[in-house]
Amino acid sequence: MGSILSVDSLTKVFTRKGQPDFAAVDHISFEVDPGECLGIIGESGSGKSTAAAMITRLIDPTEGRIILDGQDITRLRGRQLQTAYRKMQMVFQTPTESFDPRRTLGDGIGESLRNYGHCRAEVDRRVAQLLEQCGLPADFARRYPHQVSGGQCQRAAIARAIAIKPKLLICDEATSALDVTIQREILALLSDLRREMNLSILFICHDIALVQQFCDRVLVMYKGRIVEEGVPDEVIRNPQNDYTKRLIESIL
Amino acid sequence: MMKQPTVRPVKIRRDTVRARLIVFGILAVLLILCSLFSEYLTPCDPYLQDLSNAKAAPSAQHIFGTDRYGRDMLSRVIVGTRTSIFSTLLLVAVITVIGTVIGVFCGWHGGTIDTVLMRISDMFLAFPGLVFALAVAGVLGGGLHNAIFALAAISWPKYARIARSQTLSQKETPWLMAARLSGSGTVKILAKHILPNIIGPILVTSMLDIGTMMMELAGLSFLGLGAKPPIAEWGSMMSENRALMTTVPWITMAPGLAIFVSVMIFNLLGDTVRDYADPKTRGR
Repeated sequence: MGSILSVDSLTKVFTRKGQPDFAAVDHISFEVDPGECLGIIGESGSGKSTAAAMITRLIDPTEGRIILDGQDITRLRGRQLQTAYRKMQMVFQTPTESFDPRRTLGDGIGESLRNYGHCRAEVDRRVAQLLEQCGLPADFARRYPHQVSGGQCQRAAIARAIAIKPKLLICDEATSALDVTIQREILALLSDLRREMNLSILFICHDIALVQQFCDRVLVMYKGRIVEEGVPDEVIRNPQNDYTKRLIESIL
Repeated sequence: MMKQPTVRPVKIRRDTVRARLIVFGILAVLLILCSLFSEYLTPCDPYLQDLSNAKAAPSAQHIFGTDRYGRDMLSRVIVGTRTSIFSTLLLVAVITVIGTVIGVFCGWHGGTIDTVLMRISDMFLAFPGLVFALAVAGVLGGGLHNAIFALAAISWPKYARIARSQTLSQKETPWLMAARLSGSGTVKILAKHILPNIIGPILVTSMLDIGTMMMELAGLSFLGLGAKPPIAEWGSMMSENRALMTTVPWITMAPGLAIFVSVMIFNLLGDTVRDYADPKTRGR
């Protein structure tokens, strides 16, 4: 029971009237060890983001179990779930839209701190500290999301995610909306934070090169299933599955 | 978020919008002040009858003339602002709040309750307002309170629909998910994130509705379903005096003008607020 996150045959079936049931995520099981960075790659529609949304309980799973740091969070609600969020945070794909357009970045970053009972002065101090830790000037706390660039906004989003010192950080395509040089910077920031805070990271991405560079282990998802699992270099050098072979060929 | 427009004409237009907002805002505030302090503004006692001076033509003493009981029309119109404007604002405030609360609840909660409440709102939307008011007056009796009640029952669905659709579109945004992950509870999310983001279009609608509601209330009073005589109310004043229009044509002018001017002011204010809130004219 050493893993930080353990997912057991997690399934999400979407049902629509007049259409056959669609399993976006089909019985996936994996574990994330403390301090480990696990990558999930796959084409769009393969169920990566649905899996992330289920793990963070933003949508309800149809079946399966999610165990976060030894606690079963699959059916938690309300206050208990809010407490569970202290251990797990997410960075979203679209940086600008992940902040409320009518509130400042500082307000968004400090929201979790205020919710967990820190006083205002302390929150302000922590927000400034977090912004600097993520490579932004402290006065960005007063800016609105549309006043900063995508890369800066993503740094702020990372600052928000690490504000309450979670054990697990889920990056759902956190670098996809950014250009290549900014991607490098964000990855460098994530590696620094990972080392400093001993973070476990679930890194969801469609870019196999980024995953190879950043992750200790990788899962390949295709049509809602995990089709391959292993160390990135090995998976790339010696893919076992047809889909993985095609994925790698498409890049090389 | 909208990209901010860099074209120059937009900025110029915004300045005129702001100027209009100030002008109509001041006019509306004056009307409201007038309704609050109406007793102190009247030149004569609006309820004092003077039969020897009935149906007098406009003169220096009675600017709008007198009615068939010799009451000063100007004073009655001024006192009428209390009933007309105050009850209109009350009505609009009530339907805005009720409609928004129901709409946000339906949009957020979804499911069966949402369906049931929305079908009920459809039912009310399908009813012609005046017919419903007649029915309410028939059951509960006439009077201003019942007229307000009838109009409120008819008008909340519009707000509920706007609030519901806005809430639905907000619900799936990444920033709301981020707020949930930050450990904010439902009440906090609704109050801090949803409400500030949806209130704009709702407020604009309610501003535009002030004029309409004023007309509807005056209309109901004209039909005898609103304010009861001798209470001074513009609609009922017009109705009382309409038989005399052929002999003393100025007698319905004062309340008619009052309705015309105040509906106009509130409509123009509503239009201006809508222009002001339009993101395309907003440059930060």
